[in-house]
Amino acid sequence: MAWKNTDRKLHKIWRRADKKYGSKSAMAVSMIAGYDAESAEKKTDISGESYLQTVVRRFKRHHLAAASLVVLGVIVLAALLAPVIAPYDPNDIVGPFAGAPSKEFWLGTDQIGRDVLSRLLYATRISLLVGVMATVISTVIGVILGLIAGYFGGVADMIIMRFTDIVMSFPYILLVLVAAAIFKPGLWNIILILGFVDWPGIARLVRGNVLNLRETNFVKGNIVAGMPLRHILFSEILPNTVAPILVYATSVLALSILDEAALSFLGQGVRPPEASLGNMLNGAQSLTVLTTQPWLWIPPGLLIIVIVMAINFIGDALRDALDPNSGR
Amino acid sequence: MGKYILKRILIAIPVLIGITIIDYVIMCLAGSPLAMLQGPRVSEAALEAKKIALGLDQPVYVQYFVWLGQLLQGNLGYSMKSYQPVSAMIGSHIGPTLLLMGVSLLASMILAVPAGIYSAIHQYSKGDYAVVTVSFLGSSVPGFFFSLLLIYIFTVRLGWLPSGGMTTLGTEGGATDVAKHMVMPVIVLAFSMAGSNIRYIRSAMLEILQQDYLRTARAKGIGHFRVINKHALRNALVPIITVIGMEIPVLFGGAVIIEQIFSWPGLGLMTMSAISNRDYPVIMGVCLLSAVVVLVANLVTDILYALVDPTIQLD
Repeated sequence: MAWKNTDRKLHKIWRRADKKYGSKSAMAVSMIAGYDAESAEKKTDISGESYLQTVVRRFKRHHLAAASLVVLGVIVLAALLAPVIAPYDPNDIVGPFAGAPSKEFWLGTDQIGRDVLSRLLYATRISLLVGVMATVISTVIGVILGLIAGYFGGVADMIIMRFTDIVMSFPYILLVLVAAAIFKPGLWNIILILGFVDWPGIARLVRGNVLNLRETNFVKGNIVAGMPLRHILFSEILPNTVAPILVYATSVLALSILDEAALSFLGQGVRPPEASLGNMLNGAQSLTVLTTQPWLWIPPGLLIIVIVMAINFIGDALRDALDPNSGR
Repeated sequence: MGKYILKRILIAIPVLIGITIIDYVIMCLAGSPLAMLQGPRVSEAALEAKKIALGLDQPVYVQYFVWLGQLLQGNLGYSMKSYQPVSAMIGSHIGPTLLLMGVSLLASMILAVPAGIYSAIHQYSKGDYAVVTVSFLGSSVPGFFFSLLLIYIFTVRLGWLPSGGMTTLGTEGGATDVAKHMVMPVIVLAFSMAGSNIRYIRSAMLEILQQDYLRTARAKGIGHFRVINKHALRNALVPIITVIGMEIPVLFGGAVIIEQIFSWPGLGLMTMSAISNRDYPVIMGVCLLSAVVVLVANLVTDILYALVDPTIQLD
């Protein structure tokens, strides 16, 4: 009976986590709800293909996601190679003020004569860096807190979950804005702020999974066999929750990129002259730029949409591909 | 049932206390109000006197309890810029925000509920793919960029809609004028909310469609239409309640940026100007208020949820 109640509770937690963290996690519900760690172990396909092969085959079935992977790959590569492929230095004044796109400057120049294409490449680099680092930080915090809360239960669980509730009660963007105002905007501050505000969803997810896994026979067997705690937590429990964490992390990545853009757009994020996708759009708050110089704000905006959508599609396909019970 | 509600309320109390503590700590981190006074023309003695007058010479926890006592009497402190009470400032700005939030929430539900249900019933059809793709677009488009695009199209190019504010300056205003000003912010907020709502309602509906009682209903041979409308839709109301409850924190956050772009004279615009002025009492007042609203919204949702679905139990 006990497990049934836990199950219900988890369901509810996911439901709530979903809403707050939006998008991808709605899918995560169905996935995690049906995610049974033991079946992952004993599942050997009749065709003899490995788990990884199954995942790749299932992922490929999502054409949009496969296309997204290619698009994202190209964008990441371009961002990484920015110093090589950018035609000009992103911070050098190389052309006319607010020049329209031309053969010389493919995407035109900004108000003080910097090349927009070069800035766009470097901005993508910064925005991806912020997204990835913030996601790594929040995932690490969330996983550690979730493991502790789920495995040890009792007082530790109480305190961690209440703290999670408290952090989740503050409207996310407001908390980030306030933190940015206090700690002075800047690249690393933004990464840390986003990382330290984004973890509650992952903590809840991991805790829920750990609660389920703790009831499974293979974990109980380990406990009875007197295996060290480190082994049980990191070699038995953690590998079995990696799939949902990965799926969830993709949605955190998408959200972090959106949030960095919003913050920088409002002038509370990455500081000029360093370019980020958000602060390149900042100029569009002026009416001249908005009405007569669309080449300054449409490309960074479209790029954000493409990156975030690609990540969302990939996350969605991953959820389906990694689910050991999807059975297709 | 009573026990569940009681337990749920008991859990909310430490969270509420935690919210006030965090709010207070952030306010302290933000800097002492004395820093505002410092300058060559203010003597040490005057600063010391002010410090005692403000109670800053006492230990932090005493200050916290003094602040909490004031809070319970409805005093959120005073703005550093305008010296107005924060509660009065919030009171005068909350109306437009509630209006914008309410209409956007309604619009997003009108969009998301039929779309999500349609998508679930026609799973894996072309229509389903279209709906899901649009919903992905909804949650991938940054609100501020979408706002800029709308302003560019409807204000700059077509000249149909005003770019910002709540009423046209120098006119009486009136419902039509306000509605015209609301169109674009509502589209942005509703579209982004609908993005995640559609997928949430779709997966909830898919879950319902797999239930045994629906198989029974189908087996009775009452026909597809009645299976969906009589049996499935009624049960889909439960997740829809949760969606509405959980949308509230998102609205509070999203409204800040959207209000700033469209100069909508609500809480968000007030908060943004407080942030750029470093007017911490105002910022923290808004933070505290919104955290409490979110907490209460979650509590009400959970209780409503328990009332509609008697199988829900807490431990």
